[in-house]
Amino acid sequence: MAAFQQALVLVFDWNMMLTILLSACFGIVVGALPGLTATMATALLVPVTFFMPPAQALAAIVTATAMAIFAGDIPAAMLRMPGTPASAAYTDESFAMAKKGRLDLNLGVNLVFSVLGGLVGVAVLIVSAPLLAEFAISFSSFEYFWLACLGLTCAVFIATEDPLKGFVALFIGLLIGCIGIDPAAGYPRFTFGTVVLLEGISFIPMMIGMFAVSELIRSSTTLDGRATIIAQKVGNLFKGVGAVWKKYQFNFWRGSVIGTVIGALPGAGADIAAWISYAVSKKFSKEPEKFGTGHIEGIVDSTSANNSALAGAWIPALVFGIPGDSITAIVIGVLHMKNMNPGPSMFIENAHIMYAVFIIFIIANLLMLPLGWAAIKASRHILSVPRNILVPLILLMCIVGSFAITNSVNAVVIMLVGGLLGWLMEENGFPVAPVILGLVLGEMLESNFMTSMIKADGSLIGFFSRPIAATLGVMTIVIWIWMLAVQMKPKVLSHKAK
Amino acid sequence: MSDKTSGNLTRRSILAAGAGAALAMPGIGKAQSNWPNRPVTFVVPWGAGGGTDATARVVAAILEKEFGQPFNVINRTGGSGVVGHSAIATAAPDGYTIGMVTVEITMMHHQGLTELRPTSYTPLALMNEDPPGVTVNASSPYADVKALADAIKAAPAGRFKASGTGQGGIWHLALIGWLQAMNLKPDHVAWVPSNGAGPAMQDLAAGGIDMVTCSVPEARTMIDAGRAKSLAIMSAQRNPLFANVPTLNETLGISYSVGAWRGIGAPNGLPAEIQTRLVAALKKAYDSKEYQDFMANRGFGVRWADPAGFAAFMAAGDQAMGSAMKAAGLAKT
Repeated sequence: MAAFQQALVLVFDWNMMLTILLSACFGIVVGALPGLTATMATALLVPVTFFMPPAQALAAIVTATAMAIFAGDIPAAMLRMPGTPASAAYTDESFAMAKKGRLDLNLGVNLVFSVLGGLVGVAVLIVSAPLLAEFAISFSSFEYFWLACLGLTCAVFIATEDPLKGFVALFIGLLIGCIGIDPAAGYPRFTFGTVVLLEGISFIPMMIGMFAVSELIRSSTTLDGRATIIAQKVGNLFKGVGAVWKKYQFNFWRGSVIGTVIGALPGAGADIAAWISYAVSKKFSKEPEKFGTGHIEGIVDSTSANNSALAGAWIPALVFGIPGDSITAIVIGVLHMKNMNPGPSMFIENAHIMYAVFIIFIIANLLMLPLGWAAIKASRHILSVPRNILVPLILLMCIVGSFAITNSVNAVVIMLVGGLLGWLMEENGFPVAPVILGLVLGEMLESNFMTSMIKADGSLIGFFSRPIAATLGVMTIVIWIWMLAVQMKPKVLSHKAK
Repeated sequence: MSDKTSGNLTRRSILAAGAGAALAMPGIGKAQSNWPNRPVTFVVPWGAGGGTDATARVVAAILEKEFGQPFNVINRTGGSGVVGHSAIATAAPDGYTIGMVTVEITMMHHQGLTELRPTSYTPLALMNEDPPGVTVNASSPYADVKALADAIKAAPAGRFKASGTGQGGIWHLALIGWLQAMNLKPDHVAWVPSNGAGPAMQDLAAGGIDMVTCSVPEARTMIDAGRAKSLAIMSAQRNPLFANVPTLNETLGISYSVGAWRGIGAPNGLPAEIQTRLVAALKKAYDSKEYQDFMANRGFGVRWADPAGFAAFMAAGDQAMGSAMKAAGLAKT
């Protein structure tokens, strides 16, 4: 309880309130601008968080991302361009609604259900994270090894359409993760005798490059004129939302739950949550023929899902140090910079900060209602920010941010190389997220494997000698076999057909 | 603000007065009498928020007051400390880059990680030393360090697992020293490398290892949370903040002690005048109530040595570490 009171003191402080308000506005602008993602908002916040105490730094990220994911719905409806990838699943549907003259209802539903979906995700986070942490305090390197395996498995199979390309991306990440001093024996690897590479490839500059700079390169190569904004005045947003709530309450709960679960799975974030819940909604709908024609049903599911996924992703990040999505991957980096090790011991050592994060999550979602309303009203102005001013400004922030991480130009080089690599990969259909997960989880996988082998005197049986480790191990192996079987099946069948 | 203006005036008048001298001895004279007339970079080879970082920030704040110029703490992490240490050593010796030099400087070159060694720096002052402790899980069957020591002696080599830092790190050497003092082989207790004391303590609480030999302040949160208990401290005296933890000497009659220390250093070739002024300011910082209170609150040990003493201290440490690492097969050459 003392920790909870400390958390209240942390949160209800004018400095903190100002941080929340400013990062909310920042998040809305970034989210509403097509091409700028919630991950990018987080990456751009990194240099700012450098000067903040931990709770404030986390508050900025929580608020900005929550706002960005909702704000992405605005250009989806008005321009047929998703503000963030999380709105991509229902962009066509939203735009079709807007064309039918129901822009008000569409934006109202997006706003209200984003808030509610976000709150469901937060509720799950608040209830489950401390319980899981209490459980995870008894996790040793054996358990963490299996968790890292599960995380990498998810990264390849859930987060990508083509597992082969997912594997390629993952292995690039794991390989980059090998650079630097090896975590077990302390020997330098792939450093070519330089001090610069001895510190390894810092993954935050890498992420800023892969998620922000690559986007800038892409938008520079396709610099076309400004899209036309749908000519409709925004009226009363909340008219008719009540009726939608009555009719599609079940969809809302289903979307929120799917969103939270997918968010919590490593590597899959708000965008995949929205795609999957939209697909589920269509599959189980009584009127699937209406989907795609400006029907609100699928939007309820997926707009709830993407906001709930956001909070869901924090569960594994805080409890195990395994990022649930690319945003929380950066969060883990920020925590490390503040010398806090994400994991169950954080709930003992920094319980007040954990509680503060929970409270801020609730505040951010509630704040979304008035600010989101204001953003919709002001959307015409936000959407007409000229690109030629925006792009250099963002690049500048990327450079400053990367420099701030290590106080050296090396990070800026890493960022630029990461940007080029990310752009080349995405242009050729390779997903970028597994690279980052490989980079983040690679060291965890390796050091826990080596540590476990030393503890078990080199015997592999050790990985199954503790009950939880054995359960996780069997689970992992079953998932692998099942996935292999699914992959092999069509080939086997086609062989038989021949 | 008025302080700074007057400082500027003084500097200007000194410049004017010393113009003749500066003409006779261009460059050096000017740089020295002026120092510091712009912000000084204070490099810390370890992450923000940790013990080394916190100590550095307290010292930097006091130096800032003393000299009227910002002392910016810059964390250059990575490479087990090599990156930050080399940033200090390779900077220009103009007094505008100083930094925290830590115990690793006496260890890394034996492992072949770097060419840097204690003599790569102009020593300024030793500020702190923390002895290792022996910490076990709260539910461990060993009530005191004697019971643990007896169990270790009776067990076959490799049965017991310990952790606290990376392979060949300071807490690993603390374990080796303790084992050798008990006439046991350096690998009688297997070392499980970890990414610092925090993760090792977490693994101890999870029951993955038998003991952690990090310093007592580093183990503090888990001890306070009732997940771990401290059996002994490997130093000559008890730590006032953990007065109920006995020393190894009291319980086992072993006087072995090695510690993690932190000092302040500058690149080689620092002008003597700047060195003198910095050392005087550091001594003042060390004696300040601010510094002493901060260290006591955190449970950190304090230890002072002037440049000559610090250099001798590092040289002795370097030799001790070298032979201990060689004995344990950790040294590369």
